[in-house]
Amino acid sequence: MSKEIKIKVCTGTGGMAAGGENVLSLFRNALLSAGIDATFSEKCSVDKVGCRGFCGMDLLVDVIVDGKKITYKYVKPEMVDRIVQEHIIRGNPVVEWMVEDDFYNFHKKQTKVVLSQCGEIDPEDINAYIEVGGYDSLKKVITSMTPEETISVIKNSGLRGRGGAGFPTGLKWEICHRKKSDKKYIICNADEGDPGAFMDRSVLEGNPHSVLEGLTIGAYSIGAEEGYVYIRAEYPLAVNRLRKAIEQSRQKGFIGNDILGKRFNFDIKIKLGAGAFVCGEETALIASIEGKRGMPRARPPFPVDSGLWGKPTVINNVETLANVPYIIKNGAEWFASFGTEKSKGTKVFALTGKVKNNGLIEVPLGITLREIIFDIGGGIEGEKMFKAVQTGGPSGGCIPAEFLDLEVDYESLAQVGSIMGSGGMVVLDETNCMVNTAKFFLEFTQAESCGKCTPCRVGTKRLLEILERITSGNGKEGDIELLEELSYYIKTSSLCGLGMTAPNPVLSTIKYFRDEYEAHIKDRRCPAVVCRDLITYSILEELCTGCGACKRACPADAIRGIRKKTHTIDTSLCIKCGTCFDVCKFKAIMKS
Amino acid sequence: MEESLEKILTNYRNNEGNIITILQDLEETFGYIPEEAVNWFSKRLKIPASRFFGIATFYAQFHLKPRGKNIITVCRGTACHVKGSERLLNRLFIELDIPAGEDTSDDLKFTVEKVNCLGACGIAPVVVFNKEVHGKMTLDKLMRDLKSINTDE
Repeated sequence: MSKEIKIKVCTGTGGMAAGGENVLSLFRNALLSAGIDATFSEKCSVDKVGCRGFCGMDLLVDVIVDGKKITYKYVKPEMVDRIVQEHIIRGNPVVEWMVEDDFYNFHKKQTKVVLSQCGEIDPEDINAYIEVGGYDSLKKVITSMTPEETISVIKNSGLRGRGGAGFPTGLKWEICHRKKSDKKYIICNADEGDPGAFMDRSVLEGNPHSVLEGLTIGAYSIGAEEGYVYIRAEYPLAVNRLRKAIEQSRQKGFIGNDILGKRFNFDIKIKLGAGAFVCGEETALIASIEGKRGMPRARPPFPVDSGLWGKPTVINNVETLANVPYIIKNGAEWFASFGTEKSKGTKVFALTGKVKNNGLIEVPLGITLREIIFDIGGGIEGEKMFKAVQTGGPSGGCIPAEFLDLEVDYESLAQVGSIMGSGGMVVLDETNCMVNTAKFFLEFTQAESCGKCTPCRVGTKRLLEILERITSGNGKEGDIELLEELSYYIKTSSLCGLGMTAPNPVLSTIKYFRDEYEAHIKDRRCPAVVCRDLITYSILEELCTGCGACKRACPADAIRGIRKKTHTIDTSLCIKCGTCFDVCKFKAIMKS
Repeated sequence: MEESLEKILTNYRNNEGNIITILQDLEETFGYIPEEAVNWFSKRLKIPASRFFGIATFYAQFHLKPRGKNIITVCRGTACHVKGSERLLNRLFIELDIPAGEDTSDDLKFTVEKVNCLGACGIAPVVVFNKEVHGKMTLDKLMRDLKSINTDE
């Protein structure tokens, strides 16, 4: 019988959706009923861990017997018994359920700093974090460093804001530190609104204490006694874990009065966002914490001069703060050894869309898009052609294949018409329509525009109308030029970042995929066969077996035919929902 | 109702609340923001009701009409979009007979909502049935899940 057994079950949002909680308790029960260390003492543990990144293979479970780790993928409740019986009791891992090369390739080119403990430790237990060196950096800072020394380490590391704009973190702290005020605030911006980005959620779910530690070090540096975490209510699990973490941290004396016996007081409150994308903008976020409509205001004054309730305020993103403890621990030079000349360190990206390996990755800045998409991501799903990668969410743009060898950093992405943003990377393949993609983002920004300034409120609406016209086959000659002109004015005259970047998806798709726009306008044709008004569905006689699956599935009763005879689609009834296309096993449904 | 409102008011006073926290408590308690509750708070706190409505209509989280017994949320994030979430959404509206421009069926049994991004892009497309996250959704699976909600009742 083995001496030490550890089982780690992913319970991030992805893991939970794949039944993580259930599998966790099944493992506990199976070990109990097998009579293996019924008490779950130090020698045998079943732990929930946070997101380990590879959400596409959930549920992932690590079984570690005497230090030898085996990872199982797609674990389902009914697989638990066999894993316990064969692997844990008899010592024969279940080979057919183990992860394969793609899992290891996914991790090969990654460098994990922020994510280093995500998926390794129990996020709901502060002791697990302390055991791996957690809160050591806070101790170091408070007991042996002045705020100025702390700021200088962060400055020298070259850390830049990971929320998107890339402002140097140390400099921001320094400016606020120098301000004289009876009160200062520090806010952690966890209003991760970019669709397609989930690094902040994963860090908060997987290692919330690292963020709290970074926030407290920041507070010490600038001289704040009150801090806030402004987090989206759409992330219930992260909120829950953050609450627990703050409570535990307070009990241990890492936040509260006289922290670590020194004369430093700091406490953290949680503020829940109420579902407005614009609140990720710092002045809007402040308005929202103050209980108002989350509308941005003109800057200057910047929040470091006049922020929350008019006091000097620093706002840092989750990932930025999660880097801080590691920089303090390992030194500025260590951090600066990763990355490019102007962009230091590692960055977490959410790699999703049409790639084989979907998930959260952390890579040194300066890595190429090709390495990310093809080496880590494993290439395009279903052996289709790569078309573009969308970075930076609704504020970013689409980068085509010709730039695959681009080294990723803040400046290079901006040069090709996109942005780093918070780190969303959505891969598009040949079956994605670029005009439709631009329309999708404009639907988003138009709905999320707060309405305060006219260029953004009216401009995004007009952009969307033109895109709707084009995708429905009613585009006019000159529409592309109109889009470009309008985009220019919106970019240059909007009040805040939302409006200033909203046209990016339109401009970048026009720049690199003008032919697709032209096909929609001139030929009334959607080359990727996506835009609903421009396609028709039909049934290929030679492939149809008359099985009737499409007929049963059709919600509009638009399919006719008798069993074992070729079926047909009545186009006057067809609502183009695509259900038949999905259910046909014989590929007999054609989109054209 | 009076009793619940008093409780929310106490919470507001004890925890340095603001209009957003009141609205969040109302939404949590009633599932939407009843007009009479807003008027009640407006009188008690001497804050114009328009300020409450201004904030309630600004944030997506607040609803001014009662919502269905079952809430189905379709993620409209980018990853879900490129994997076909729009079709899932359209199908739900047809299947549940939800009038155009509305989000709730007439019998108040179902509400279908969009959410900007749930951050579960690794398992896109994602649909949430009454707070339970379901990943890698297909039209087929959606219909089966819908059926199981219907038969559970």
